[in-house]
Amino acid sequence: MTNAAAEPLVTLDDVSAGYQDVLVLHDVNLTVRQTDFTGVVGPSGAGKTTLLRLLLGMLDPVAGSRITRPDLRVAYVPQLETVDWNFPVTVMECVLMARTEHRVWPWPSRAERRDALSVLDRLGIKDLAERHIRELSGGQQQRMFLARALLREPHLLLLDEPTSGVDVNTRHDVLHLLGDLHQDGMGIVLTTHDLNGMAAHLPHLVCVNGHVVAEGSPREVIVPSVLEETFGARLEVLEHLGMPVVVDSAHPLRSAG
Amino acid sequence: MDVLLEPLSFAFFQKGLLVATLSGALLGFIGVYIVLRGMSYIGHGLSHAIFGGYAAMQLFAAQLYVLGAGLWGIASAIAITAVARRSRLGADAAIGVVTTASFALGVALFSKFGSSGPAFDNALFGSILGITNTQIVWLIAVMVFAGAVVFFRYRELLFTTFDPDVARASGVHVARIEGLLMVVLSLSILVTLTVIGVTLVAAMLVIPAVVARMLTDSFGRMLAISTVVGSACGLVGMYLSYYAGVPSGTMIVLVGAAVFLVVLGITTLRRHSHRIIVDDHAPARATVKA
Ligand SMILES: Nc1ncnc2c1ncn2[C@@H]1O[C@H](COP(=O)(O)OP(=O)(O)OP(=O)(O)O)[C@@H](O)[C@H]1O
Ligand SMILES: [Mg+2]
Repeated sequence: MTNAAAEPLVTLDDVSAGYQDVLVLHDVNLTVRQTDFTGVVGPSGAGKTTLLRLLLGMLDPVAGSRITRPDLRVAYVPQLETVDWNFPVTVMECVLMARTEHRVWPWPSRAERRDALSVLDRLGIKDLAERHIRELSGGQQQRMFLARALLREPHLLLLDEPTSGVDVNTRHDVLHLLGDLHQDGMGIVLTTHDLNGMAAHLPHLVCVNGHVVAEGSPREVIVPSVLEETFGARLEVLEHLGMPVVVDSAHPLRSAG
Repeated sequence: MDVLLEPLSFAFFQKGLLVATLSGALLGFIGVYIVLRGMSYIGHGLSHAIFGGYAAMQLFAAQLYVLGAGLWGIASAIAITAVARRSRLGADAAIGVVTTASFALGVALFSKFGSSGPAFDNALFGSILGITNTQIVWLIAVMVFAGAVVFFRYRELLFTTFDPDVARASGVHVARIEGLLMVVLSLSILVTLTVIGVTLVAAMLVIPAVVARMLTDSFGRMLAISTVVGSACGLVGMYLSYYAGVPSGTMIVLVGAAVFLVVLGITTLRRHSHRIIVDDHAPARATVKA
């Protein structure tokens, strides 16, 4: 047995980071392994996307250090809101961006096309390959970027809100697909706002609000004290089939009465 | 037929036609990247910056003009990128400073030492007079270079244009690719400057690409269409400028603007009729049908 899978892929060591002079994340210590399937939760503006950008190496730490395994291949599924949907690319052209390195010819080889189509097929959007990216539904756009990421055959897959704005079935599909990929040995880190539908189903969570508030299994971190420190709101937690369920009962109008 | 053949009996027109067509193609080709990156202002700025170098070289060492003005242009491009990166002013302010200063220097040099007048106007609005074989060779060389860069760096250029952050995370050397694009852009402006003119080059970087964008949703096809539209504008504009007796650049740009308007009209109409068909199925707007 080798322990290569348990070896850290990325380690953030006392990292602070931000944009221009404003620090968004302080003193983050985090290790990501190929065996991880981690959800990052926190309020809007907490620095979830920033944390992913740090892990990806899109953003450099202002303080502290980021150590990556030398041969690390990462792939990223961006938050849909950050994409220029008017850009003239078809689904196929977009997905093939995954195969940018080490090539001579601009056009895809037959093998590349076949690989791309098989990934699209796996995600159920093969028929849309020649469509313009704007002509897809939100869930399909999400899967297109997932296809681009998978075509890279990464060790570590980072997804920014992969289930925002998709219906319940698509969410289940995405969750199952990611579960399968994790089983096959891919490290996964995703951000989500969906505590009950997404976060509670993941093996490991990181709660972020400018810093790492807590880290652990859903049972350990989906508790009122951690949620209050993370979201700055009192949230009730119930239990259903052995899983924590967050109840949003903090109703400002009620407190007035 | 005579209308097309008659001007061709002049050697200067033959050269002009060739250079204008090739220039249109080159600017249309590179313009796709410039437009999609929202960098039209850089094309505008660079052409003005290069004018400074062009003026200086014309006056002091005309034989070395491509070399001198080329270095000048690349230096300006690098200066713009550096100022834009370092300061909080942003690229548009950086360009405002770097390029207008360079342009002013060119004008000053022309007025002080040169015979301002025709030569000056030609530089601003384009001329086909005095096109040398060397210039044609340079133009073709830059086209080959630009074509090679796009060919061998096609995916990198596409990825960094579409999504530079994700490209960087996927191992693309984004800064290097962008630098390369700036070099190609500077050189392209430089070799097309004389026939299109300093003030009009930026328009030919933008118009064919915008026209192509309206006609297709595929990046590969947009590159091809933009190149063809650019060269067609060069060709037709050159004939018109011959008969109208106006500077070549002006007519090339006017043809481009006309093509833009026509395509805009057609695509708007088509979208409109499409919408009406769609409306047929929309119960909420069923009254439209009546
Ligand atoms: N490119 C940027 N330049 C400057 N500030 C930024 C930039 N991106 C994010 N920020 C700021 O950094 C902070 C954290 O942003 P981030 O995108 O990481 O939040 P988030 O947790 O992903 O929020 P959301 O849930 O809304 O996506 C915010 O205050 C935001 O305004
Ligand atoms: Mg975010």
